[in-house]
Amino acid sequence: MPTLEGYLVVSALLFAIGAFGFMARRNAILMLISIELMFNAVNLSLVAFNAYLGPAENTGAVFALMIMAVAAAEVTVGLALVIAIIRTRQTAEVDQYSDLKD
Amino acid sequence: MLAIGVVGGGLAVVTLRNIIHSAVAMMICFGSLAGMYALLGAPIVAAAQVLIYLGAISVLILFAIMLTQAGDASLPPPYHRQMPIAIVVALGILGLVVWAVIQTDWGAGAELVAATVDAIAIALFTTYALPFEIISVLLLVAIIGAIYLARRPEEDERAG
Repeated sequence: MPTLEGYLVVSALLFAIGAFGFMARRNAILMLISIELMFNAVNLSLVAFNAYLGPAENTGAVFALMIMAVAAAEVTVGLALVIAIIRTRQTAEVDQYSDLKD
Repeated sequence: MLAIGVVGGGLAVVTLRNIIHSAVAMMICFGSLAGMYALLGAPIVAAAQVLIYLGAISVLILFAIMLTQAGDASLPPPYHRQMPIAIVVALGILGLVVWAVIQTDWGAGAELVAATVDAIAIALFTTYALPFEIISVLLLVAIIGAIYLARRPEEDERAG
């Protein structure tokens, strides 16, 4: 029988993996995927809280659905931005986006 | 079992060199998460996870990869110089959250409270009706923004 703590630990693991991927990888699309992993970690903890603590009106599940909608909007705009940048710079490596520094 | 799918899929996403393999690992991770939502008694969230993440976002990301990485045979090294710092920070986040989870007395019942579709629908269209409407406007704005950003500049000149 899994417990609330078990779900929260899995959620924390997934969030840490997403944070690591966002900070360590050099590919712009993979950074977006890592953001999605972090969104999903938060969603998992919300649904777990909703299931075990049972608030009135299922706040956790409703919030999880809304986070999914906002994440879909975010990934749409984010991928459009990344594709536009890759088209002008011909690379997906974030290290080479250094126009403002040079 | 599903936890292994979630965490292993997530680890594979950030460690695999080929970005298409990462995207497939991401789909495994999201599919296992959908199973977890079903186990947690939230079938509507599980269905939304399958539709939005497995169906829409994964396909979107795969298309973006295939549009941008065509013919990219030589794979560059995947990690930044700051990778060791990133490991330390990520482990710090993990440790902090796990410590907080273990320290807190949640007072949780052992039995699950299922979030039925009826209850969620009633909450969504009464208490949370305003956020629900705002999300529809947000999605419209996101669609228009994405079309504007992804358009090639030379198409403007041809059109106008």
